[in-house]
Amino acid sequence: MLKAENLVKIYETGFVRKRRITAVDNVSFDVKEGEVASLVGESGSGKTTTAKIVLRLLPPTSGSVSFKGRDVWKELKTREQLVDYWRKVHAVFQDPYASYNPFYTIDRVLKQALRLVGVDRNSEMERKLIEEALNYVGLSPEDVLGKYPHQLSGGQRQRIMIARCWLLKPNLIIADEPVSMIDASMRGAIIKLFMNLRDDYRTSIVFITHDLGLAYYVSDKIMVMFKGRIVDIGAPDEVVKHPQHEYTRKLLESVPTLYRKWRWV
Amino acid sequence: MELHNVKAYYRQLVGSTHRVVRAVDGVGMTISEGEIIGIVGESGCGKSTLANVIMMNIRPPLTLVDGIVKLYSEGREAVDLQRLSREELRRRIWGKEVAIIPQAALNALMPTLKIRKIILDVMKSHDPDVDEDYAINTAVRRFRELGLPEYTVNMYPFELSGGMRQRVVISIANLLNPRLLIADEPTSALDVVTQKMVLKILMDIYSKNIIRSIVFISHDIATVRQIASRIVIMYAGKIVEEGSTEDVITHPLHPYTDGLMNSVLTPEDEVKRRGVRFIPGQPPDPSNPPPGCRFHPRCPYAMDRCRREEPRMVQIDGNRLVACWLYTSK
Repeated sequence: MLKAENLVKIYETGFVRKRRITAVDNVSFDVKEGEVASLVGESGSGKTTTAKIVLRLLPPTSGSVSFKGRDVWKELKTREQLVDYWRKVHAVFQDPYASYNPFYTIDRVLKQALRLVGVDRNSEMERKLIEEALNYVGLSPEDVLGKYPHQLSGGQRQRIMIARCWLLKPNLIIADEPVSMIDASMRGAIIKLFMNLRDDYRTSIVFITHDLGLAYYVSDKIMVMFKGRIVDIGAPDEVVKHPQHEYTRKLLESVPTLYRKWRWV
Repeated sequence: MELHNVKAYYRQLVGSTHRVVRAVDGVGMTISEGEIIGIVGESGCGKSTLANVIMMNIRPPLTLVDGIVKLYSEGREAVDLQRLSREELRRRIWGKEVAIIPQAALNALMPTLKIRKIILDVMKSHDPDVDEDYAINTAVRRFRELGLPEYTVNMYPFELSGGMRQRVVISIANLLNPRLLIADEPTSALDVVTQKMVLKILMDIYSKNIIRSIVFISHDIATVRQIASRIVIMYAGKIVEEGSTEDVITHPLHPYTDGLMNSVLTPEDEVKRRGVRFIPGQPPDPSNPPPGCRFHPRCPYAMDRCRREEPRMVQIDGNRLVACWLYTSK
C-alpha cells in the first residue's frame, strides 16, 4: 500500500563552508494493508525524518514515496489531493499536547476531522459520531467534551487523537513515539486502541519508536535504523533472536530486560 | 540511613485557596551500607521529592511536615538531618556523606568553564581553604578510575563526548567519597546504549568501594531490576511494596506492582506470552487523594475495607513488606 524507495535526505548547514548531514540514507520499505511495522532507532537515527518524508511534510533529496500506486511527492498537486492524502495517511505524534490548539476546546479537533469527511457542522450526525468515537477509545463524552487540552491528562489527550483516527478511518497511521510520554501502567491501554483499529478496520500502522520492547510486541515487521540507514529488517522474532547487524546486537544487549538480569562483568 | 514517617508537602496558593500537594506522605525506609536500592514509581508518585528529602534539600514550596531522617556514620553519633541548617548540611553532609546525580546530568556542566575550574568550584563550596593541587589530584585519580584520560581536566565540557561528560559528572559528584549516592533518573533521557554505559559506570564506582550505597530512582522497573538489590515501589506518595529485587520481580505482592509488571514491554518471549495489560484509570490527584488505600480506584481486588481504611505496611515471608489489605486479612 505504501512504498518508500531509496529515500535520501541531506541537510546542508553553514553559509560559506557547507556541511552536509545525511539524515536518511537510501531507505526503502513497504507497508501492506493491515500490517504493523515499526521503525526502531535511537535519537538522530533518521526515523522521524523518514516519517516526515512519508507524510509529505519534508521533501526528500531523492527517492520516492508512493501510496496506492501514486507518487506522493510528484502526483499530488492540488490542495484537495493533499487533504485527501492526509486523511488517508494520518499522523499521531509523541506529545498530543502539541497537536492541539490550547485556545480551543478539544471538541474542535474532532469536529475538524468530521469536516474532512463531509459531515455538517452542528448536525445530529456530528454529535452522534463524536460520542461514538469517544466511546470507542474508552472516554465518556461528558468527561472530556468542552474541556481544554491542559485540563486533560496525557493519556486522555492521546486517546482523543485516536478517536480522531477512528472518525477519519485512515488507511495508514504513522505514530511517532505515541506512548513514550505516557506512564507504563497506562501505555498498554493506548497500544490496545491502535491494535483495535488495525483489527476492526485493517488500518496499517507504522510505529516510530526507540522502544524495542514495544516494537517487538506490536509489530509484524521491525526495521532497525542506524545513522540514517535501515540496518536490519524482518519479523520481530527474527530480528530479536537473530540480529544481522552489529548495531542491532548492541541495541539488544543494552535494552533492560525484565525477566533476566544482566551479568555485570 | 533511616527514614521514619516522612511527610513532605508542596504548599501552593491558587487564588485564595491553599493547595497542599502531598508528594511524600508517610514514608519509612532503611538504607543499609552496601545496598543498591531501586525506587520505582510513575510520574507524580513522589520519587524525586523523596530524593530531595533524603538529601534534606528542602526549599519552599516544599516543606517537611513530619518525620525523621537519620544518618548513621561510622564511629560517630547518628545525626538527625532534619535538624541541621542548610549551611551545616552543605559543610558536613552534602558531597561527603550523601551526594546526588540529578536528572539532567549530561547538561550539568557549564560549557564555558574548564573542567578544572568546575572541580575547584565544587571542592571550595565544601571547604573554602582546600589546597588546589590536592583537589585536582584527587579528581585526576577519580577520573583514572573511571577510565578518563588525565588531560580531561584541562578541557572544556563541550570538547568531550556525551559518554565522557557523563563520567565527568559522576566523578565530580563522587569526589569526596560520599557513602550514599542518589541517582535520580540518571538515564531517563538517554538512548539505551548510553544508558547501559551509565549503569556500568555506577556499578563500577560501587564495586570499587568509592561509594557504599546507591539509591537509584527510576520509572522503569526493567532498568532498576538490572542494578538494584532491593526494590521499593511507590504509588501516590506512599511506599506500597518493598523487597529483594528477585522476590518482587518473580512474585509481586501488591496489585499495583503486579499491574506495573504486566504493562512493561521488553523484547522477551515472556512478554509475548503474557500479553500486555494495563491498569485502568489514572493516578489520583496528590492534593486530594482518595480515602483508604490510594490505589483502590484502580485496583481489581478492591474490597470495602480498602475504600475506608488505609492499609498498614505488613511483613510477609520474612523480609518482604507490602501495604495491602489482601495480606493483612490473613
